[in-house]
Amino acid sequence: MESEVKTATRESSAGTRDPSRSFQDMILTLHDFWSAAGCVILQPYDMRMGAGTFHTATTLRALGPEPWNAAFVQPCRRPTDGRYGENPNRLQHYYQYQVILKPSPADIQELYLDSLKAIGVDPLKHDIRFVEDDWESPTLGAWGLGWEVWCDGMEVTQFTYFQQMGGFDCKPVAGELTYGLERLAMYIQGVDNVYDLDFNGRGVSYGEVFLENEKQMSKWNFEVADTDALFDLFAKAEAECRNALGNNVPIAAYEQAIEASHIFNLLQARGVISVQERASYMGRVRDLARSSCETYAEQMAPTWEAKFPGWSLI
Amino acid sequence: MADFLLELRSEEIPARMQAGARAELEKLFRREMDAAGVAVGDLTVWSTPRRLALIAKGLPTETEAVHEEAKGPPVGAPDQAVDGFCRKNGVERGALEVRDVKGRETYFAVIEKPGQAVSDLLAAAIPAIIRDFSWPKSMRWGDASLSSESLRWVRPLSGIVALLGGEVVPCIMDGLASGRETVGHRFHSDGVITIDGADDYADKLRSASVIVDHEERAAMIRDGAKTAAEAAGLALVEDEGLVTENAGLTEWPVPLLGRFDEQYLDVPPEVIQLTARVNQKYFVCEDAANDGQNRLANAFVCTANIAAADPAVVVDGNRKVLAARLSDARFFWELDQKTTLAEHAKKLERITFHEKLATVADKVERVAKLARWLCEEGIVNGDPDLAEQAAQLCKADLVTEMVGEFPELQGLMGGYYAEKEGLPLEVAHAIRDHYKPVGQGDEVPTAPVTVAVSLADKLDTLAAFFEIEEFPTGSKDPFALRRAAIGVLRLVRENGLKLHLGMALGLGWLGHHSDRQLSDADIDRRKIITSVPYFLNDRLSVVLKEAGIRHDYVAASTDWNWSVDGRIDRVEARARALTNFLGSEDGTNLLAGYKRAANILKKEDYDASASMEPEHTGEEDPLALAGKPEFDAVIAETGQTDGKSLSYSPEPAEKALIDALDVAAPKAASSVESEDFEAAMAALASLRAPIDAFFEDVIVNDPDQDKRAARLALLARFRDAVHKVADFSRIEG
Repeated sequence: MESEVKTATRESSAGTRDPSRSFQDMILTLHDFWSAAGCVILQPYDMRMGAGTFHTATTLRALGPEPWNAAFVQPCRRPTDGRYGENPNRLQHYYQYQVILKPSPADIQELYLDSLKAIGVDPLKHDIRFVEDDWESPTLGAWGLGWEVWCDGMEVTQFTYFQQMGGFDCKPVAGELTYGLERLAMYIQGVDNVYDLDFNGRGVSYGEVFLENEKQMSKWNFEVADTDALFDLFAKAEAECRNALGNNVPIAAYEQAIEASHIFNLLQARGVISVQERASYMGRVRDLARSSCETYAEQMAPTWEAKFPGWSLI
Repeated sequence: MADFLLELRSEEIPARMQAGARAELEKLFRREMDAAGVAVGDLTVWSTPRRLALIAKGLPTETEAVHEEAKGPPVGAPDQAVDGFCRKNGVERGALEVRDVKGRETYFAVIEKPGQAVSDLLAAAIPAIIRDFSWPKSMRWGDASLSSESLRWVRPLSGIVALLGGEVVPCIMDGLASGRETVGHRFHSDGVITIDGADDYADKLRSASVIVDHEERAAMIRDGAKTAAEAAGLALVEDEGLVTENAGLTEWPVPLLGRFDEQYLDVPPEVIQLTARVNQKYFVCEDAANDGQNRLANAFVCTANIAAADPAVVVDGNRKVLAARLSDARFFWELDQKTTLAEHAKKLERITFHEKLATVADKVERVAKLARWLCEEGIVNGDPDLAEQAAQLCKADLVTEMVGEFPELQGLMGGYYAEKEGLPLEVAHAIRDHYKPVGQGDEVPTAPVTVAVSLADKLDTLAAFFEIEEFPTGSKDPFALRRAAIGVLRLVRENGLKLHLGMALGLGWLGHHSDRQLSDADIDRRKIITSVPYFLNDRLSVVLKEAGIRHDYVAASTDWNWSVDGRIDRVEARARALTNFLGSEDGTNLLAGYKRAANILKKEDYDASASMEPEHTGEEDPLALAGKPEFDAVIAETGQTDGKSLSYSPEPAEKALIDALDVAAPKAASSVESEDFEAAMAALASLRAPIDAFFEDVIVNDPDQDKRAARLALLARFRDAVHKVADFSRIEG
């Protein structure tokens, strides 16, 4: 047993990885690639969130003049996308691979295409296209221009040049790449059902790892979660965010905004928020997130301005 | 002479913006060259996702020297004036010439502008073009974006090729220097391509797998997709929008045909087509059936941007994506049918129609009431129960999953679901078509139940928004009220409906009946009954203008009998008769007589009350007049000036006019009553000779006060008789 583990470790070290047969090798190959490109390789943020963009390494680090290059996997929670493990493409929990490059390098598209080649997507065999898709997150007071990247008609990556974050101009602009890991892996491994993905290249399937989670979490998201408790949690997160803001710890406040956002998504999945209330809840989450970003940026501004003479937040 | 080539390379430009960008590039280039005095002939402008290119053939290499002279102030003028003249012309005072102008010594500025190298002018023009280029959305990027003042472009600008007669036009834009090097296809070409000039540009790119001419790419896609479909024994469903879009997404387009699982053909064809087109930009195909009734085939055509090593791999990838999309669509299709439309409709209570206009459910209630009323009144020859039922269900599909996914399928899906549910076909069709007509080319419903629902829906939209004073202004019409108005007009006109807007809105929509006590708020709301017909008549005026009917004739036919005529068909019939009449000699002369009479009456400040004209407040309640013919009769009778009651013997021409009016006025009135406007106009025509003779022979302003009063009254009677037919005071010129 022990020797088997050792062999495995040796075989899956860089250079012998096989992203075309193994989900985790694909992730590790991306890590290698972006690490070599000079990125800080981070681990996922330890909170439930709807998209990798919520990670502070993206949102908060997109603010300010300092260069910042990072890559990480972020598990994403989309309660309403749960399908009890019965849909081959839809999951309430899945992985995004995020790369943030600030300022956006001149060769960012080439870097991205090289990363696709590294995980086994040959652009002379597969039709890769950059199709207009602008991005906007009213919640974060953010927007950017970019594309969804198509591989044979399938969207595999969201590619965005952030123009504003938290209501502030991004100076400089950061390039953000968000790879949909499961769909890319399904593509590369040639599987039609996400649960059939080979997770480790040794026969452990994605379904073995996650199918039961999807079933139970779908049931909880849609049917079980105590809505009174959720409403209560929402109010508490909102209050705690205000508390943190009042005490000048905007990062802590931002975490509470993320929390409130996820609780809101759960309430949506439970179907207890009416159309009218929906807008109001979204407005509340937006206020929290924006206030946190604003306070963070304003608090950091003197440091940034000192380091970059001539730079100003507004 | 030399040819000029400009290529602005960037990361992928959105397909939908490329046509606009080509026009913008041409416009700015012409602007800059005009300002520099360079004559520009024909221009060629091309676009691909990664570049905009402009070729100007036969530019001069130098501009001509210009000699200009300007006349200034006379010698001895104040220094201020002379200095100002010098500043304006950019010359030193010492350089001014003095010439004799009609015996006065006068300063002249002589300016010699030497010819300039066009290359220099272009070098200055290119950065100006880039800086001033207007994109629907633009962005900053890269190191320079540390400042928010950095250059903006649709996506990062990555290269400039600028060649005049084979020589580089040197310029620098935000650190990007012009040159002769470009790149080819993103995947089929490596490294840089060196361009000699405008002549070899397209060919060099072609050999680097880039078709730079967007129209050539469009043709490749159009023909290639057709050929691919035919090769599979199918007929392509042509879609020029898709051709353009795919041409904007590719530099080397390769149409490829693929198949999807036949099981998805259960889903309505519109859904499949929309899924393929909107989400994937694929064409769809039909089985070329012998009966002429083509049916959607389980095939699609995608457009790749590469000559793939194995096209089957690309096709298979696309097939999987489409299958996933269709699987979702079928899921919605089946899920939606598990609930009846009536059940779906209940959810409309949760959808806000407009923040001031409650919910869609409320709208539906109003539409149902009005649709029923239109049928019950016989305005539309449909079954009131079916019209009401269809109206109650017409918006139910808005809460279905399918319409949530594809809003453009509203109506259509409701129609499908109604049919699947086994509802009467009239109801299903009314649900399906009640949004029609949408655009100018869209067909107008003729099925009675559909007409009732469609008309009621549009009238309700107009009335509801007018009630909260959301009027369209200028180019702003956020609720598409003009479109609703055009829809109403087309429904009414093409179905020959005798719809009285005032009654439809007052009785059918507001539900006000004359026996009901009205509150102040009710009376306030009834202003809608006036404002909606005015608005519709305005639109009618625009429509009729195209048919050669002057807008003032429409106005004269609209504002009639001291209130707006809410009968669109009647306004039109009257305006048409008026157009014919005023085009005749009788008409022109009668109009002249009318104007003369009206002027005299106006000058004399003739008491309006004598002619029974009520005060014009703009807030008349048309309901008070509508449908009460007896009121018209009363007005008509009291207006009579009986010839026998005169205290003196009238002159012959006076007598003749009185007699003519005695005949013509009632005849015109009764013809108007029976809506025979041609006959009404003919009655007026009989007044032409008498009114001419009257003005010829009779002095209105007679010293005898009785005669004067009687003749003014006679003119007033004449004027009122004319007004009964149409409001001639509205006629211009």
